[in-house]
Amino acid sequence: MALLQIAEPGLSAAPHQHRLAVGIDLGTTNSLVATVRNGISTVLNDVHGCAILPSVVRYCADGSTHVGHAAQLMQSEDPHNTIVSVKRFMGRGMKDVGEVGNLPYRFVDAPGMLQLRTAAGVKSPVEVSADILKVLRQRAELSLGGELVGAVITVPAYFDDAQRQATKDAAKLAGINVLRLLNEPTAAAIAYGLDNAAEGVYAVYDLGGGTFDISILRLSKGVFEVLATNGDSALGGDDFDHRIYCGVLEKAGLSALSAHDTRLLLTHARTAKEQLTDHAQTQITAVLGGGELVDLTLTREEFYAMTQNLVTRTLQATRRALRDAKLAVSDIKGVVMVGGSTRMPQVQHAVGELFEQTPLNNLDPDKVVALGAAIQANVLAGNRSGDDWLLLDVIPLSLGLETMGGLVEKVIPRNSAIPSARAQEFTTYKDGQTAMSIHVVQGERELVSDCRSLAKFELRGIPPMVAGSARIRVTFQVDADGLLSVSAREAVSGTEANIVVKPSYGLSDEEITRMLQESTQHARDDMLARALREQQTEAAQLLEAVENALQQDGDALLDAATQARIRSSMDALREVITGSDHQTIKRSVEALNLATTEFAQRRMDQSVKSALAGHKLSELE
Amino acid sequence: MQPLNFDLQQDFFSLLSLPARFQIDSTLLEQNYRSLQAQVHPDKFSHLSEAERRLSMQWATRVNEGYQTLRNPLNRARYLLTLHGVDTQEDSNTAMPIDFLMQQMEWREALDEGKQAKDIAVLEEMEQRMQKEAKHLQQQLAVDLDDTHDYAAASGIVRKLKFLEKLAEEIGSAFDELDT
Repeated sequence: MALLQIAEPGLSAAPHQHRLAVGIDLGTTNSLVATVRNGISTVLNDVHGCAILPSVVRYCADGSTHVGHAAQLMQSEDPHNTIVSVKRFMGRGMKDVGEVGNLPYRFVDAPGMLQLRTAAGVKSPVEVSADILKVLRQRAELSLGGELVGAVITVPAYFDDAQRQATKDAAKLAGINVLRLLNEPTAAAIAYGLDNAAEGVYAVYDLGGGTFDISILRLSKGVFEVLATNGDSALGGDDFDHRIYCGVLEKAGLSALSAHDTRLLLTHARTAKEQLTDHAQTQITAVLGGGELVDLTLTREEFYAMTQNLVTRTLQATRRALRDAKLAVSDIKGVVMVGGSTRMPQVQHAVGELFEQTPLNNLDPDKVVALGAAIQANVLAGNRSGDDWLLLDVIPLSLGLETMGGLVEKVIPRNSAIPSARAQEFTTYKDGQTAMSIHVVQGERELVSDCRSLAKFELRGIPPMVAGSARIRVTFQVDADGLLSVSAREAVSGTEANIVVKPSYGLSDEEITRMLQESTQHARDDMLARALREQQTEAAQLLEAVENALQQDGDALLDAATQARIRSSMDALREVITGSDHQTIKRSVEALNLATTEFAQRRMDQSVKSALAGHKLSELE
Repeated sequence: MQPLNFDLQQDFFSLLSLPARFQIDSTLLEQNYRSLQAQVHPDKFSHLSEAERRLSMQWATRVNEGYQTLRNPLNRARYLLTLHGVDTQEDSNTAMPIDFLMQQMEWREALDEGKQAKDIAVLEEMEQRMQKEAKHLQQQLAVDLDDTHDYAAASGIVRKLKFLEKLAEEIGSAFDELDT
């Protein structure tokens, strides 16, 4: 265990080892992994020197799984078992995925999230994403020569709670400790802003393979503050391909294609789209399964006309974001272009026209998100204090509760800074009512049926009272990953009713455990070994954190007895850390966490005080 | 042991080191917000103990809430009144001066007309007029809250501003509708 270098009590802690952390851009079309090496953020290549991993997974009947280029080569040959653009299905049900009929998959309608039937069994989009993440994790561990402490995984800023939760579950399934879910445009802003020492208000226009985000950020003295975000989590390069595909069907008079032909023509459509970036026209030539020849010309003008309303949709979202930020076009200092789809000339042109300035294209639109995520991962892993910059992000969509008549009562409005919490009180409407059902939704519309259902649960055990006299306090907490947790309690009686949030989507811990077991040959051994390593890593980090804290503030904030108590908890943990039972280590970690709670509180108070030292109340009046 | 001067229960003005007044220095508010977040934000604690991470989330949440409350004039006025033990009765007290109601009706009609005519210019003009009216009400609030301490009058203005806020939201959705 190379990472267990723990200073003896009383000795100064050795300069801590560089912790291996990466940023992962889990894209619709392509995925990348990056890390900070010698202070510079770099994308990690695979053994063939390739940085980009196509987000394509093929499941074979013999149980083998292929990810990336190998899978991509087989997408037309084996369309049912080769999953492309799985990100579009994350946290989505059958009814959310519009053009299901045009996609060459065998969908399985499952509660919450759809699934895909493959030669290797039914797969959830979470499992498919996990298979992509596993390859990136292995690449990183091979390249960096050690186990990862964790990763920052990027998500579209406009991803809702279900999509974020699904992404986090996928990482868990891939054995990755998620340091943070980071919004893609924000990641790009970090990479761009730090690189260019940018100051002022910037827009990040991020059009990827399957998602569109627009974020407005204020960059000032190392603070990246997201003012507003908007977008469409089902609008990207794939839709442009699809328009070409539909155009080809129409022109060639084709209908009801096989899965093979559909995938073949979609692939040709994508190539044609890319060709039109540099050429005025392109030829689409393909031989279908039945021997029919498709051979036709597509001009830029035709392509622009058939995709115009897609571009318009991005501009509408952009104007909404500006309005939410209460800013005019003239307030925007620069527009940073991110995502491979921003290479399309009509997109560049439209964005330039809206903002009345030439968009900034000086960063590689494919890599900038991963590079920014790596910078954030480096800070979160504790390799750098990060004192010199700070990220303040927002929640993209309003969170609310269902009230009488199927209407939504907004509890946390969109563009609220995270972490965020809000409590709302509700009351009973019948005498003696002892239970109340709570329905959590996300979205901007007034009707529950137009918003995304996140969770439904029942608060039971309300003492019988006259209608209207119970006070049920429902608390929403959104953490720094943008993920929501909900709790409820009845205030008048003081009854703390226990509630379990049953997600309408996503996976339970049991399901993840089952998938983990199924996914490995020697499931149990692997899992135990992994759990042990994770627990040891966590314990080592905790010991280091507490040791540093004691050295900094121990004497100032704690009496001798308390210090001794913490020291003895540390000793107890050190004794078991190299053992082979992760449960024992876990118990000691919990004990040390408990012993340091008060200390943590005091240290926090101290840093809050120091933050405002210098401007005292009296001076301000 | 030193006393804990800072706790999660303190009011937002103390939290953000500002005098508890309606008129505030918004640059200072922003500056204090940022220096506080620089200390308590979860990104600064992700490699530390669970106890510290939990505290950090609570603090950062509280600081965000405080900033949201103080930054917005309507929220700030309502909050100040709450600190003085005054209920603004926004849901229960719907009695409004006649002239204010007349003006509201006029604006709503204009909004509907603008929507039907799909005329962005009409909406923009309305928005500007409303902003002017809101500013005027805020100036009155400053006098009532900071100088004369007439909290009943201030509550009346808060109720008016609430009306304006709702109307502003509707104008916002009208813009969105016209843009799709």
